[in-house]
Amino acid sequence: MPVLVFAESANGTFKKSNFEAVSYGARVAAQLNTEAYVIDFENMSGDVLKSLGEYGATKVYRVASDALKNFDAGLYAKVLNDVAQKLNATTVIFAFNYSGKAIAPVLAAKMNAGYVAGAIDIPVMEGNTIKIRKNVFSGKAIAMYAIHSENKIIALTPNTVAPVKTENKCSVENLEIAINATDSKVKVKEVVKASGKITLSDADIVVSAGRGLKGPENWGMVEEMANILGAATACSRPVADIHWRPHEEHVGQTGLTVRPNLYIALGISGAIQHLAGVNGSKVIVVINKDPEAPFFKAADYGIVGDVFEVVPKLNEAFKKFKAGA
Amino acid sequence: MKFLVCISKAPDTTTKIAFTDNNTKFNNDKVVFIVNPYDEWYALVRALELKEKLGGTVTVINVGAADTDAIIRKALAIGADDAVRIDAEPGDAMFVAKQIAEYVKANAYDIVLCGKETIDYNGSEVGGMIAGLLDWGYVSLASSLELNGNTATLNREIAGGHETVEVNIPFVLSAAKGMAEARIPNMRGIMAARTKPVAIVAAVASENYTSIISYELPKEKTGVKLVSADNVGELVSLLHNEAKVI
Ligand SMILES: Cc1cc2nc3c(=O)[nH]c(=O)nc-3n(C[C@H](O)[C@H](O)[C@H](O)COP(=O)(O)OP(=O)(O)OC[C@H]3O[C@@H](n4cnc5c(N)ncnc54)[C@H](O)[C@@H]3O)c2cc1C
Ligand SMILES: Nc1ncnc2c1ncn2[C@@H]1O[C@H](COP(=O)(O)O)[C@@H](O)[C@H]1O
Repeated sequence: MPVLVFAESANGTFKKSNFEAVSYGARVAAQLNTEAYVIDFENMSGDVLKSLGEYGATKVYRVASDALKNFDAGLYAKVLNDVAQKLNATTVIFAFNYSGKAIAPVLAAKMNAGYVAGAIDIPVMEGNTIKIRKNVFSGKAIAMYAIHSENKIIALTPNTVAPVKTENKCSVENLEIAINATDSKVKVKEVVKASGKITLSDADIVVSAGRGLKGPENWGMVEEMANILGAATACSRPVADIHWRPHEEHVGQTGLTVRPNLYIALGISGAIQHLAGVNGSKVIVVINKDPEAPFFKAADYGIVGDVFEVVPKLNEAFKKFKAGA
Repeated sequence: MKFLVCISKAPDTTTKIAFTDNNTKFNNDKVVFIVNPYDEWYALVRALELKEKLGGTVTVINVGAADTDAIIRKALAIGADDAVRIDAEPGDAMFVAKQIAEYVKANAYDIVLCGKETIDYNGSEVGGMIAGLLDWGYVSLASSLELNGNTATLNREIAGGHETVEVNIPFVLSAAKGMAEARIPNMRGIMAARTKPVAIVAAVASENYTSIISYELPKEKTGVKLVSADNVGELVSLLHNEAKVI
């Protein structure tokens, strides 16, 4: 009974969160004495798919159909359920990203599966029960979950379990699944992506700013820092609410959760609701003129100072570092 | 149009998180519970706006014990017409979804609105599971909802942007930021809420597929290392040499 991993590309290549999911699937499979198979719905080139072998997959099954060109969580779940039955799989792994969050719960209902949404480490087996840790209370605590059901679905939080490279070779096969286009209920009419920018949810480095920046006209230096570091930009909620920044940038309890390697907070107080969205970051740097700002308690490094003085100097120092590196 | 809004109870966002019984239970002593923000601010308010424009009814549904009556009254005060409480301790997401799906099968609704996630268990599960159980279309993380006859147009968040989708009723959505602006209940709403009907419905038998065995708190930070504002170069070298993140 193989472990299935759903992988999705961005512009013909895979992203880190997919490698993580494949590697995770392979490690779960090893614990179950079985293999990890990747399922591709995008009819990608054999070479790109074979590269998933490096992360431990032994087979990639390509399910090709025009109906799958339209992303519909319901249809995707239906087809994955058919694939799981055909391949006799009881465990399915997703990345806990936008598509994983959409498809996995629908599939859980179709497969009658116990689902852990947002696992943060490798599971432990106890007989037929899987035990996995997951963040709860917006990162303020961790809970150990058990899945008791026969069928199991796990979505892995990006940037929590590093992918492991292996010497595996993997083969690519086409899998025939009868797909009924009328099963697709949701039709995508238009896709809008901010071009060239690094997406916040995948970024290794995030530069974030708050009300301390005083106004939208002052974001030049924030964007400059992001450019130098190859980072994505984010903001606190009030900044998005007063339309200084687009709401996609809002991180925190009611916005996006990010867990980059480095989170730099400029002029953000560090309210508990803001921390809830960023406290999974590996390293946090805080620049705030108020030494009592609560964010310093959650930070690894800090500068007490005025952003309008510190940030331009820091940008110069980052530039010099990058030029020398 | 008949809207069904799923509301759950969540600890206030400033709650100090602690556990009891050897770290196996959430300590809800002195915790103030609120309507899960995504359910209240976005799902409920958008349903009310559309009802005000197009007519229809807005029902809120909760799977919970009698201790959720306060949050149900809050939703009624904001403007929901009536409420349903499925009388059971909410188990895992599939348990909750099965209760709601069974209720929807027996009582026709056009659109089921959930929040993006509950702020305690952060699963983003229940909405998709309801859709899967009913075999309805599912639009996750929707940031807008417009209706034109039986067709709905929604924006949904995707990696690096958003997309516009179309779906016919009936369908299920999960509501994210952007869908509406929070409303504060007024005195009239609070008074009216007292007399609005709340149906208490028995739960259907259902298993829990998952359970929580124990909790722990994340490792505390060891303390911030402060760098002088006059020596930003030191921060750069710490980030490179010590933290190894640049
Ligand atoms: C239910 C609920 C949900 C919420 N969800 C979120 C959420 O998801 N995300 C979120 O961010 N917030 C959220 N909030 C709001 C949160 O409580 C705070 O109000 C918010 O995070 C504060 O944003 P801020 O730090 O940008 O602004 P402020 O609190 O105004 O802080 C500005 C900071 O900048 C500093 N500063 C000012 N000038 C300078 C300068 N020249 N140089 C350096 N530093 C300077 C100040 O010392 C201060 O610390 C939520 C609140 C509630 C009630
Ligand atoms: N006990 C419950 N009763 C009613 N609706 C719920 C309940 N739990 C969760 N929901 C709904 O499902 C959404 C997603 O919850 P979750 O899957 O727990 O993140 C919430 O925002 C609510 O709209």
